[in-house]
Amino acid sequence: MIGLTHYLIIAAILFSIGLAGVLRRRNLLMLFFATEVMLNAVNIAFAAISHYYNDLTGQMFAFFIIAIAASEVAVGLGILIVLYKKHGSLDLDDLASMRG
Amino acid sequence: MFENFINAFLTAEGFAFYLFSALTTGLFLITVLSKNILYAMTSLAAGMVLISGFFFLLGADFLGVVQLVVYVGAIMALYAFAMMFFDATRDIKEKNTNAMLVFALGGLSALVLVLMFAAPVFSENVVALYPMTEGVGNAQDVGIVLFTKYLVPFEVAALMLLVAMIAGIILAGKKMDQSLTEDMSADDEIMIIKDEK
Repeated sequence: MIGLTHYLIIAAILFSIGLAGVLRRRNLLMLFFATEVMLNAVNIAFAAISHYYNDLTGQMFAFFIIAIAASEVAVGLGILIVLYKKHGSLDLDDLASMRG
Repeated sequence: MFENFINAFLTAEGFAFYLFSALTTGLFLITVLSKNILYAMTSLAAGMVLISGFFFLLGADFLGVVQLVVYVGAIMALYAFAMMFFDATRDIKEKNTNAMLVFALGGLSALVLVLMFAAPVFSENVVALYPMTEGVGNAQDVGIVLFTKYLVPFEVAALMLLVAMIAGIILAGKKMDQSLTEDMSADDEIMIIKDEK
């Protein structure tokens, strides 16, 4: 049978894929995609725990995560458009203007 | 061990679980590794559709529908519209750091995070705070809990979405041909004043 562990393991695999993407990517739009992958992985874990403990709290948290992801994308894409108009690229290395 | 795997694979739930896991892992790997923004976005959208399959498997019907409507329908459409501002057809060039090191670091830190959050779940008996009601559909059950116990977070989330909508309109909405940070209209006014003199 498929248990809670199966779901937690697939959530961990997807989360590490997203995390590797965040560490590896230099393009801002690709960084956004990688964060979406991570948010989805966490949602799977929440839904699985909610199912196996017969508790609705996990699903509630998943709903609020989806709402936060939606507003993050709305604001983030607006900022990306402004950045692209100003710099002409979305590369993080080009945007490093402070030369730290 | 292997026999268990075969037995789990042969049930309907097991087959669906392993199919969805393999497909989402593959699609999200394409998202993370692809050089083309269009391929990355398409595979991300497909992966999100399959993730709603996990939710339906887990009996969270309403969450699965919300995943389809909000994530695939709204967020990916927003990405698709935003990509019209960027040069999406060209392959992006990135200065990549050592890929193996990044994967090892990502895997290790994700493992630590999972252990941190999974340890309390396995270590003690978790008591259901809001147990699912028998004989009530998932959507109805979610509605009952959402509009009683989680009413204040729900309203705060609504306010946050309103703020995000206004921010999106202001950042990307009016005067698309002008830059927000460089005030073009000020230059025009100076020119007009010069002309008048």
